[in-house]
Amino acid sequence: MEILNSTIYVLAIPLFMFLFLGLVGTKMPRKITGVIGVLGMAVTTVLAYAIAFTYFFGEGPQKIDGVYQQLVPTDWTWLSFYADKLVVRLGVLLDPISAMMLVVICTVSFMVHLYSLGYMSDHDGNPEKGFQRYYADLALFTFSMLGLVVSTNIFQMFIFFEMVGVSSYLLIGFYYGLQPANHASKKAFIVTRLADLFFLIGILILSYYTKTFDFINIMGKNGGEVMNAFTSAQGLTFMGCSVTGWALTFIFIGGAGKSAMYPLHIWLPDAMEGPTPVSALIHAATMVVAGVFLVARMFPLYVLEQGAMDIICVVGAFTAFYAAAIACTQSDIKRALAFSTISQIAFMMTSLAVSSADGALIGGHEAGLGYMASMFHLFTHAMFKALLFLCAGAIIHAVHSNENSKMHGLHKFMPITSIAFLIGCLAIAGIPPFAGFFSKDEILVACYEKGLGWGLWMSMVAGMTAFYMFRIYYLIFFWKKHEVHGEHAPKDQPWTMTVPLIVLALISCVAGFVPFGDLVTWNGQALETHMNWPVAGASVAIALVGIGLATVMYRKENPLPDKLATMFKGLWTASYKRFYMDELYQFITHKIIFQGISKPIAWFDRTIIDGFFNLLGNVTNSASWGIRKMQSGSVQGYVSYYIIGAMLLAAITGVVVLCI
Amino acid sequence: MEIFSNILIYFVIIPVLTLAGLALTKNKGIDAIRAVAVTGATALVALAIYLVYIFLKARGLGNTDDMILQTSVTWYEPLNIKLALGVDGVSVVMILLSAFIVFAGVFASWKMDPLPKQFFLWFFLLSTGVFGFFISVDLFTMFMFYEVALIPMYLLIGVWGSGNKNYSAMKLTLMLMGGSAFLMLGIIGIYFHSAPEGQPLTMNLLEIAKNDAIPHNWQMYLFPLTFVGFGVLGAMFPFHTWSPDGHASAPTAVSMLHAGVLMKLGGYGCFRIAIFLMPFAAQQLGWIFLTLTGISIVYGAFSACVQTDLKYINAYSSVSHCGMVLFAILMFNHTAMTGAVLQMLSHGLMTALFFALIGMIYGRTHTRDIREMGGLMHIMPYLGVGYVIAGFASLGLPGLSGFVAEMTIFVGSFEHQDMFRRVLTIAATTSIVITAVYILRVVGKLLYGAVQNEHHRSLTDADATERISTATLIICVAIIGCFPNFFINIIRDSFDPVVKALTSVM
Repeated sequence: MEILNSTIYVLAIPLFMFLFLGLVGTKMPRKITGVIGVLGMAVTTVLAYAIAFTYFFGEGPQKIDGVYQQLVPTDWTWLSFYADKLVVRLGVLLDPISAMMLVVICTVSFMVHLYSLGYMSDHDGNPEKGFQRYYADLALFTFSMLGLVVSTNIFQMFIFFEMVGVSSYLLIGFYYGLQPANHASKKAFIVTRLADLFFLIGILILSYYTKTFDFINIMGKNGGEVMNAFTSAQGLTFMGCSVTGWALTFIFIGGAGKSAMYPLHIWLPDAMEGPTPVSALIHAATMVVAGVFLVARMFPLYVLEQGAMDIICVVGAFTAFYAAAIACTQSDIKRALAFSTISQIAFMMTSLAVSSADGALIGGHEAGLGYMASMFHLFTHAMFKALLFLCAGAIIHAVHSNENSKMHGLHKFMPITSIAFLIGCLAIAGIPPFAGFFSKDEILVACYEKGLGWGLWMSMVAGMTAFYMFRIYYLIFFWKKHEVHGEHAPKDQPWTMTVPLIVLALISCVAGFVPFGDLVTWNGQALETHMNWPVAGASVAIALVGIGLATVMYRKENPLPDKLATMFKGLWTASYKRFYMDELYQFITHKIIFQGISKPIAWFDRTIIDGFFNLLGNVTNSASWGIRKMQSGSVQGYVSYYIIGAMLLAAITGVVVLCI
Repeated sequence: MEIFSNILIYFVIIPVLTLAGLALTKNKGIDAIRAVAVTGATALVALAIYLVYIFLKARGLGNTDDMILQTSVTWYEPLNIKLALGVDGVSVVMILLSAFIVFAGVFASWKMDPLPKQFFLWFFLLSTGVFGFFISVDLFTMFMFYEVALIPMYLLIGVWGSGNKNYSAMKLTLMLMGGSAFLMLGIIGIYFHSAPEGQPLTMNLLEIAKNDAIPHNWQMYLFPLTFVGFGVLGAMFPFHTWSPDGHASAPTAVSMLHAGVLMKLGGYGCFRIAIFLMPFAAQQLGWIFLTLTGISIVYGAFSACVQTDLKYINAYSSVSHCGMVLFAILMFNHTAMTGAVLQMLSHGLMTALFFALIGMIYGRTHTRDIREMGGLMHIMPYLGVGYVIAGFASLGLPGLSGFVAEMTIFVGSFEHQDMFRRVLTIAATTSIVITAVYILRVVGKLLYGAVQNEHHRSLTDADATERISTATLIICVAIIGCFPNFFINIIRDSFDPVVKALTSVM
């Protein structure tokens, strides 16, 4: 298949765009730079679609007997550590999930590129100075993210983990003149770097025992060897757990950092300081699912380590609830959406972790359902969450504020945005026939199969999702009549910004009908999926309850929310303050690391160690000054030294002789 | 003479000719001084690239000698001192690094004032020493060139420096001389055990290694002497305190050359002399120095977190990064040692870049205190972007040199069978987070945010010579980061002899 071999160009074009726009683009007019950026992305998107289409529906080596195969069309030895023992390759791996991710990334990225033509053209009325830099950074991010999903081995994945981290840093800090953006970008980078440290340690442990980095290609031709090495390492234990369990848990922590799992989630809400299209692309649709993707990539290994899976399961289920609880009280619409993202990613994580891989039929469903559901939700969530963020961007652009108190009653002013946002809300709440219904339903089914408790817990969170999304929706578009400030009434935005909204809204309507079970499964074989009516019915009912509650509380201005807030004051404040996690981190970094470790070390260095060497110098110096006085030039002095010296010598000689 | 047919000797002859050329120029003739300096530096770069070509060609033709281009000329018969030349992969890349840093350094000191002629004279004398050290395989000539490289430092800092320059120059010189004293003892000790009974003593590294005649009990004394002697220059804890003060006072180009090349003499010497000649003691005592260098890595990074002077931040960051070089050398396997050399290259280039940029910023704002600056990205975008790139290289962004070097070191170190070393490796990996903390702190404070001092608004961005200087270094950093295998292929085989020696005494 010719076209599959050209996957490398999907990466090469954005990389070229980055270099071109970064080096040359700044010399060109802003409009032209933007158009070049969008066109470049358009070409990439078309190519990616062609590749994904060929992969899933074409004839060729990728599908043998109805089973999707892993293909490696490009492979390049980048760094050989020693001889050919331990080698880092950079390459392209095509399999169902990477083909799917190509589509997701390119679609959202293209929409964001187009949308940004309008959104980024001015900044509070002035032409945006960093317009060219913005497009260059977007291209860099797109390149890194695409590189991440096509990684052929875990080291390549680590490399691109770092790359997306940096592009995210650059884009969060896009308005670098503003202090909050500056702090947020720093925080995002350092928190995810901390997670990457664990990822690295995990890689070191795993590669030490198995002597290879190619863990991803385990389904491929060398799969057997790697599997054997892995299972033999499983027998070794360290502090009561198997070394592979440690390694996989560490690797999961790396993913948890990018995917904002509790307690490493704190960077994501702050990351909303970046331009809103960036939030849509990076912090809602693509980069934040990197952790989920990582676990999915290594799924065949994770299923062998139930301990690691249990940890993921607990972390995921807790994070889903925790973030949903916070999303219920936030007043900044982007932050509310950010917590909603955290909660939804936690859904995907949990779904992966409840999945099992053995071939036995469980409760009428095949194993691997959770895996499929997770990928399905990743796909649909990317579409509707990007939609929600782009709508939020249009609203923010219109009213110049992130606070919902400055919005209210926008429905009349921005009808297209309002309808698009409603579609997004319905999709995320899980109302049929919108996309989220199908994927969330599969997740819930998978959870109920793991155990009734898991299922009920996740259903509850799904209900909360419906509640907080419609709370946001009503507070933006209804609640009370909009008060027009300044000269211009808010209105729908220019076509460059509206078209992406419409496209993504359409996708959110239909994406649920994609036959995911046939296309994306952990072992490439089609998975029979049935609509589980009891679960589906129950989850729709719960969603409707959530929506109903939100309608009662927030549809029209009324004192009920305030009353509830005062009734449960402690709980409400805790949720509004995000359960004081930021304060805790502040305490750890400032009080403990800076004041408690760095300051004392710096003091120790300057005072004790340097002091010692200075002392050495000073003692030598003062000793010389002392001796110097003896060279007085006075003959009497010399004679007396001579006599004293001679007597001392005589005395010593005498003592020595007597002793002998 | 036979020696002049060896290309290596020209690495010493070119700086000496440049010195002569400079001596002929007039004190005021700044254009002539610059022309001579640039010519000399360019010739060195060209020759270094040619050397890489020759080296690769020789290896490609199947030349598997430990050292190629060997020549030996007797210099002082009674003590059997020779001018012995020869290079392996490690020295080749070190020479390449030095050439590029000298080149960038010349452009960074374009507007040197006062006494530009004298400045460049000392500058090239220092370079002579550096190149001489890397091409020698004779202990005596190595030591001699080593001293030639150290002494000019005193004058370069003392005369052209800033701040508390007399104190710093004195401290730096005395501490490094203290190291030299240990080193000289070590070298004399090695000389007297360099051959079995009855055979003539020698100073030639390769012959000493081949004779393998240093008794184990003597190795236990001589190894610490030489390792500490070089370790002082490699900023090993607790002998690193000359570095912050020295760098803070040194003029830009001197900081560049010092951090970029001179500190590498330390790592190179530890590997070439201490470990190669005394493998038994290295195996026995390695853990002590491993602990010290492990401390350097984390300690330097933490210290850098709270500094407010740009140069102090980079000096402590160098302690951390150079600690990693010695740390990796002490892991005694191919991968980690290759990583150590890559780290030397990477650290040399990016620290030189840092110091160049700091010098340029200081030349404009007249302060290095990050509390007094802010928002410089708005005013000098070129320097700002350069600083961010240097920062990314330092914190290990893939595609730049730091990542490749650190990953090679971590993977190599973790390969070691010994549990102690693996735990220490994990401790060392934490530095990647701490590095991110201090780098981003500086970038955030210095470049981002609002412009803090309104006087800074009138400042200009980099001019042409400054751009040449920084762009050269940035390109080098990116090349290593993108195509590491090219360098690894040059370096790797050079470790065969030393690893073989180390495993034979296990």
